Amino acid sequence: MSAVLDVKGLAKAFGGVRAVQDVSFALGEGELLAIIGPNGAGKSTCFNMVGGQLRPDSGTIALAGRSLVGLKPRQIWRLGVGRTFQITATFASMTVRENVQMVLLSHRHRLAGLWTPARNLFRAEAEAALAQVGMGDQADRPCGVLAYGDIKRVELAVALAHGPRLLLMDEPTAGMAPKERVTLMALTKDIVRSSGISVLFTEHDMDVVFAHADRIVVLDRGRLIASGKPAEVRENPEVQRIYLGGAGTEAARRAGG
Amino acid sequence: MTFASIVIQFLNGLAGASSLFLVAAGLSLIFGVTRIVNFAHGSFYMLGVYLAYSLVETFGRSYLGFWGGVLLAAALVGAIGAAVEILLLRRIYRAPELFQLLGTFGLVLVIKDVVLYFWGPEDLLGPRAPGLRGAVTVLGKSFPEYDIVLIACGPIVLALLWLLMARTRWGTLVRAATQDREMVGALGVNQAWLFTGVFALGSFLAGLGGAIQVPREPAQLFLDITVIADAFVVVVVGGMGSIPGAFLAAFIIGQIKAFCIGIGDVSVLGFGVSFSKLTLVVEFLVMAAVLVVRPWGLLGREQAQPRASGEAEAPLQPFGPSGRAVALAVLALLALLPLAADAYTLVLLIDVYTAALFAVSLHLLMGPGGVVSFGHAAYFGLGAYGAALLFKHLALPMEAALALSPVVAGAGALLFGWFCVRLSGVYLAMLTLAFAQIAWSVVYQWDSVTGGSNGMPGITRASWLAGSVAYYYLAFAITAAGIFALWRAVHAPFGYALRAGRDSPLRAEAIGIDVKRTQWLAFALAGAFAGVAGGVFVFAKGVADAQYLEIPKSVDGLVMILMGGVQTLLGPVVGAVTFTWLFDAIRRATEFYRSFFGLVILVLVLVFPAGIVGSLAALRSRGKASP
Repeated sequence: MSAVLDVKGLAKAFGGVRAVQDVSFALGEGELLAIIGPNGAGKSTCFNMVGGQLRPDSGTIALAGRSLVGLKPRQIWRLGVGRTFQITATFASMTVRENVQMVLLSHRHRLAGLWTPARNLFRAEAEAALAQVGMGDQADRPCGVLAYGDIKRVELAVALAHGPRLLLMDEPTAGMAPKERVTLMALTKDIVRSSGISVLFTEHDMDVVFAHADRIVVLDRGRLIASGKPAEVRENPEVQRIYLGGAGTEAARRAGG
Repeated sequence: MTFASIVIQFLNGLAGASSLFLVAAGLSLIFGVTRIVNFAHGSFYMLGVYLAYSLVETFGRSYLGFWGGVLLAAALVGAIGAAVEILLLRRIYRAPELFQLLGTFGLVLVIKDVVLYFWGPEDLLGPRAPGLRGAVTVLGKSFPEYDIVLIACGPIVLALLWLLMARTRWGTLVRAATQDREMVGALGVNQAWLFTGVFALGSFLAGLGGAIQVPREPAQLFLDITVIADAFVVVVVGGMGSIPGAFLAAFIIGQIKAFCIGIGDVSVLGFGVSFSKLTLVVEFLVMAAVLVVRPWGLLGREQAQPRASGEAEAPLQPFGPSGRAVALAVLALLALLPLAADAYTLVLLIDVYTAALFAVSLHLLMGPGGVVSFGHAAYFGLGAYGAALLFKHLALPMEAALALSPVVAGAGALLFGWFCVRLSGVYLAMLTLAFAQIAWSVVYQWDSVTGGSNGMPGITRASWLAGSVAYYYLAFAITAAGIFALWRAVHAPFGYALRAGRDSPLRAEAIGIDVKRTQWLAFALAGAFAGVAGGVFVFAKGVADAQYLEIPKSVDGLVMILMGGVQTLLGPVVGAVTFTWLFDAIRRATEFYRSFFGLVILVLVLVFPAGIVGSLAALRSRGKASP
């Protein structure tokens, strides 16, 4: 499998705190890779370096062979990386459809337009993207009044609308009810499987991780301590000792059947 | 310059820096804790000057009388500050920045009229300080004794402030609140009194800064705006919320002012350049340089992005068939008006049109852009003066000069906007104000080119437009076309990209939108249309006047938007019409029209924050909801 995303020797320090040290992993086409670890393990820092929100101190990040280090988030997005945020970020004063239309307008370089009303552009495409996440019937509602679970769906449609090759999801199910989590992850997995997109996600919910990830990378205090298939990670004694503890192994066992 | 005169200018710079530091430190302190940029801080300075003048005139023959008078004046200003905080600011801490800035600007207008009422319009120079009337000799040149005391004031106050902040419980609370206001509240500190105390202290410092200038500078009615513009430059250069930063920046700015005045008139490439009149331009260059290298000022830290305040506005609605019908009916009515209206009404309507175009162009930045600009008059004025200069000095035909007014204003907006969009929130607002003040000072003081305070008369119209009916139609057509074009832009992808950057910069950047660049282009577009309004206006009046660029003109635009409602497209138009009509009526009725407008602003901010159109829309939807 050729690597869609290849991360080598990534490091980042904030003042004297080494948030991430020497982290390497690769992500193949159509693969779902989860980054897990206790609070402060460096998950979000890793994530934000890949997304361009933070600049690594050292190390390389390559998307299909092309370096992403030093690029701005908007440049990384243009190379085919969509993302969702831990705390949802949508345009509250626009309708659900308009949120997706913005992505399409930006992707086709139509943002400088001063005459044709934006609401008439790429309407059908935006509605198709919304139908894919089950939000087709709410296209005309303002994003600011939606329920949290629905906003997460809109974000997913937004992240997927320009046909990315890589999807970054920072805690996709944070703040959702358990039932909603399962639905959202199943939906994500369906879309990913049918389109061949690769997904990198962080997650606190072990049920979600062990049920959906193809491979798992475990971080602890900024270092990579294990990586591999869910079964391998679950059996890794260091992971069990350092990170999973009683409750975690219980969840892992349940998820693994 | 000789060595001796350099030393003297340096000492002059230090003396000027002291007052600047006191004002800026107070402003910074208040902002750090309350997150309010107090526009009225310059007015507190001015009050300090006037109060000290009266007290020192009465008691100032003795040492105790003089210094007691100065301190009492500052204490009175502090008390006024506390009253203002309790009566006004407590109600708007949670309001959006625009409302806070406008609310404190309302105070500026009220205070100016209060001062005018009690002290009159004449400049007042106070007596000199007892025992410090003479001069000392420095390197063969004389230097006033009183200025030496002033030089000492800055470091003494800095040291006292440091002691207060580092060694007292109250200072610890202030520092804690500066870092995390919510946490201090959660720990059970009575925030209300902490805020009142900080506001009183900040106002006291501004009053003191003014009071100690009494023997040196006359009390004048324009001090409020001059001082606040200087103080904004100082806190932007030094870093908002940093008292040592304010000290450092006041020192730098004070030196720049002193040396510009010391250099005086020189010839550069054959042009006579008067540095003493262009101090603000030099200050601007320094500020621009600092901001490029350190966007948060020399000793400032990046401000946390304020959480979005208030409800999200409703999605844009297309102009439906009924809306179009109403718009066409209004346009038809206005087109037929010259058949019935008298000349005065037509002239007033031209004012209304230019005001509407000005307000709608400003709204592009304020509404969809979420960028609070306190200096939009700069572009109105650049358009007006651009057209006037092309017409008079290059002898261009009137039509060509008018057609080029948006180009001049747009170019100015591109230049200023490039710096402004690097900042956000209140920093940005202060920078727009500083730029406008700089543009104003160039126009006001460059007598040989712009006519200075006398303005530029003789901006006459082409013969086919000389009649008021003909010019009415031109103004009407340009305004209607301009507003239509701006509304198209808001509904077009550009306007959406602008709103995207306002709603969520994080998301906008993550879908490929260059937020800063979009805002920059919005600056240029809004500036160009404001320039058109200025061009139309200057040919309507026949004279270019520095008033077109003044801060109050910028604020007029903000008040129009606020009056009509910032969250609607129609709001700025309704606001401009209401405002211009009201202004005309009030101005003819009373000398104290400013304070009336100050009160109108305060009422709008406190009682009708949604404006006319917003309130009507809310009423209508409430009517729909209840059967």
